[in-house]
Amino acid sequence: MKQRLMPLLLAASLALAAVPARAELEHYVIDTKNAHAFIQFKISHLGYSWVIGRFNTFAGGFSYDPRNPAASKVDVSIDTASIDSNHAERDKHLRSDDFLDVGKYPKASFVSTGYSEGAGGQGQLKGELTLHGVTRPVVIETRMIGHGKDPWGGYRRGFEGTTTLKLKDYGIKKDLGPASQEVELFLSIEGVRQP
Amino acid sequence: MNTSATSAATEGAPPKAERYEIDIGNMHASIQFKISHLGFGWMIGRFNRFSGFFDYAEGHPELDRVSVTIETGSIDTNHPERDKHLRSKDFLAVEDYPEAHFVSTRYEETGEDSAILEGNLTLRGVTRLVRIEVLKLGHGKDPWDAYRRAFMGSTRLALKDFGIEYDLGPAAREVDLYLNIEGIRQAEAW
Amino acid sequence: MLGSSSTRFGPLAVLFHWTVFLGVFALFALGLYMTELDYYHPWYNSAPAVHKAAGILLLGLVLLRGAWRLFDRPPAPLDTHSTLERWTARAVHGALYALLVLVPLSGILIATADGRPIDVFGWFDVPALVSGLPRQEDMAGELHESLSWMLVGLASLHALAALKHHIFDHDDTLRRMTLRPLRSPPPAQGDKP
Repeated sequence: MKQRLMPLLLAASLALAAVPARAELEHYVIDTKNAHAFIQFKISHLGYSWVIGRFNTFAGGFSYDPRNPAASKVDVSIDTASIDSNHAERDKHLRSDDFLDVGKYPKASFVSTGYSEGAGGQGQLKGELTLHGVTRPVVIETRMIGHGKDPWGGYRRGFEGTTTLKLKDYGIKKDLGPASQEVELFLSIEGVRQP
Repeated sequence: MNTSATSAATEGAPPKAERYEIDIGNMHASIQFKISHLGFGWMIGRFNRFSGFFDYAEGHPELDRVSVTIETGSIDTNHPERDKHLRSKDFLAVEDYPEAHFVSTRYEETGEDSAILEGNLTLRGVTRLVRIEVLKLGHGKDPWDAYRRAFMGSTRLALKDFGIEYDLGPAAREVDLYLNIEGIRQAEAW
Repeated sequence: MLGSSSTRFGPLAVLFHWTVFLGVFALFALGLYMTELDYYHPWYNSAPAVHKAAGILLLGLVLLRGAWRLFDRPPAPLDTHSTLERWTARAVHGALYALLVLVPLSGILIATADGRPIDVFGWFDVPALVSGLPRQEDMAGELHESLSWMLVGLASLHALAALKHHIFDHDDTLRRMTLRPLRSPPPAQGDKP
């Protein structure tokens, strides 16, 4: 039994080496159509409570290789004007040139440059974030939430991630006080695998 | 009972709680929820309209209390069709139960910045005792001449406990609630 | 008598006119000022609250003035006014009335974009009648700003024209919108004492 399997295994591993990982790369589209993905932010208000908001409109996708997670790639584009902190007048201000200047910079984007995954689905996603016209490297601490077949004939995979940005790093000069220099991002991304 | 400076200073007069109205005018508060989607991702939403107050007495947690009213129809998961479904009889039945209420019954400090808040949550016409883990956030004067105090709270509810029988799968039987509450201290007159 | 005569505006119209004038320029200045305030400025929250509340009251005043005008016919143009002056004045007056209504309405649309009412000095609330339009606060904001500039621009033109009549033409165009006596009183009528 073992001997009969050996050549097969050998052939298989050779084949794998010849086309490394490529055959396993799964492509996912982020399920924004049914809003199973969220991009939230949180910033301190005077050091007391939090202002919590989200971006309502964004799109993107990711590739994931279960055998070689390092080959994974992510690409997300956010409609900055879709900012929503549950207060229309504040959102208007956040869209103005004091903050996101959405007239001039209608899109923010993230393109990954590297990914490493450890045990339990914990990982680090590195990439370039372009916001307010400034592109900077960021590291997102991630966790794979789960994956599997959905009841509607599709296959899904979800991740969550957090990262912290300094407003000044992205050329947002408006000062909200010492407790509010940084904004925390929380991403919850579920993708539907493409055939 | 208590020998701290606070009680000595107020000796003779019974301790009195300060009332804080939740800052919904400028919306420095949020009520969010999170529920698993098939075990693969999250569904995150919030209630856009709510109001309430809390009473806070430094050093006298027995006087602390919270009362919040939520407009269930203001549920918002960034997907109008889903929100419509969540407002229907399958979930919140907002026509029959337009409001959810929370009224605290007990507040106990468990550490420097942590506490447990117990109270009655009325949701979809069902009232149950819930236990909220509380984190004390900051407090102090704001630049506009008022005094603010903030708390965070989180709790987990089983949908079935509140009469929501719609089956979202085994991973989605419980929903996590996150409360982020900043109050503005009211003048003594109340 | 509060009403206007054939030669001059009545005290009520005069009161409306100058209160609205003060209100418009004060609210315009406050609007420009408050949108530049730093978050930590003591008036960051109160200035917009006052602007909104006062704006509502000013709108109320403008509507009352409009109602009063239905009963109280303004005096006829002066004989010395040229046809061009009469037509321009008519057009500017019409535009001013329209803007006096449209500017506060567009402002209300900003503040009530997500259904929040406007609190008028704690006396009463103006409920949100229109809310939830896509990007309502942004569209209404642009509108409010440009209409306000138009209003202040036209009001300045209106004021300059009145001053021109007052200083260069030495006529009663400006004076009849005050409580002071006219320069050339109308010829005595039979019923004059």
